[in-house]
Amino acid sequence: MERVPILKIGDILLVSIQVDMSDQTAVALQEDLAERIVATGCHGVIIDITALDIVDSFVGRMLSTIASISRVLDAETVVVGMRPAVAITLVELGLSLNGIRTALNVERGMELIAAGRGHDEDDWFDDGPDTEPTASP
Amino acid sequence: MTSGIDLSRPQQQTVGSDEDVVRVRQLVRTVAVAAKLSLVDQTKVVTAASELARNTLVYGGGGTVEVTPVDNGRRPGIRIVFADSGPGIADLELALTDGYTTGGGLGLGLSGARRLVDEFDIQTAPGQGTRITIIKWSR
Repeated sequence: MERVPILKIGDILLVSIQVDMSDQTAVALQEDLAERIVATGCHGVIIDITALDIVDSFVGRMLSTIASISRVLDAETVVVGMRPAVAITLVELGLSLNGIRTALNVERGMELIAAGRGHDEDDWFDDGPDTEPTASP
Repeated sequence: MTSGIDLSRPQQQTVGSDEDVVRVRQLVRTVAVAAKLSLVDQTKVVTAASELARNTLVYGGGGTVEVTPVDNGRRPGIRIVFADSGPGIADLELALTDGYTTGGGLGLGLSGARRLVDEFDIQTAPGQGTRITIIKWSR
């Protein structure tokens, strides 16, 4: 079985899928990514699908699952490089890729992750009601 | 793997593993290109074939796929037949409903594949296996 390489660039894990993945390869990628997120503490995952000439329901589900797993592990996933014909087909197939952020290319994906980090740090656990006694009169 | 094949004749591929589903996609792509389907139509028919070949493997317990270039006198196209001798489908209407699944998937395989092609025919009965024929015409 082929394995898809995962590259670390700064705070981001970059996965560029260059092979026609079998279902097993897709599942292995899901598991490998979860391990790498924990091992590296990276806060962003970019999945480049420029080379994919189709995304069927299995790969679509894999992308959604990766996005959910990485969110739980405090990392943001952005899928980049979807071909127009693939987007048209996905919509007709009925896949909405719920919960997946997309960008046109790797560069925009990195910007999205950088912007998202700055924003998230204000909204999450640091300022729940019980940690902000000054908010009440 | 598809170089040197005679694209005017039916091509067969056994479906017994994940890798065979990948081979089906590649074979369908090659024949769809030869039939002069547009890029979007190639993408649609390859995606439909991927869904149906996976069904043949997962639900039918494996089977065969036959890919044939066709011509209706006005335009060329591609016909693909997916055949298995698995358990068959008891409630076809339900199986063709978006979101219905017995296999833990998204339930878009059959219904989604049907939307992506021009002609879709399914013959199945409990214990009789399943035979699905799809056609995509070039525009």
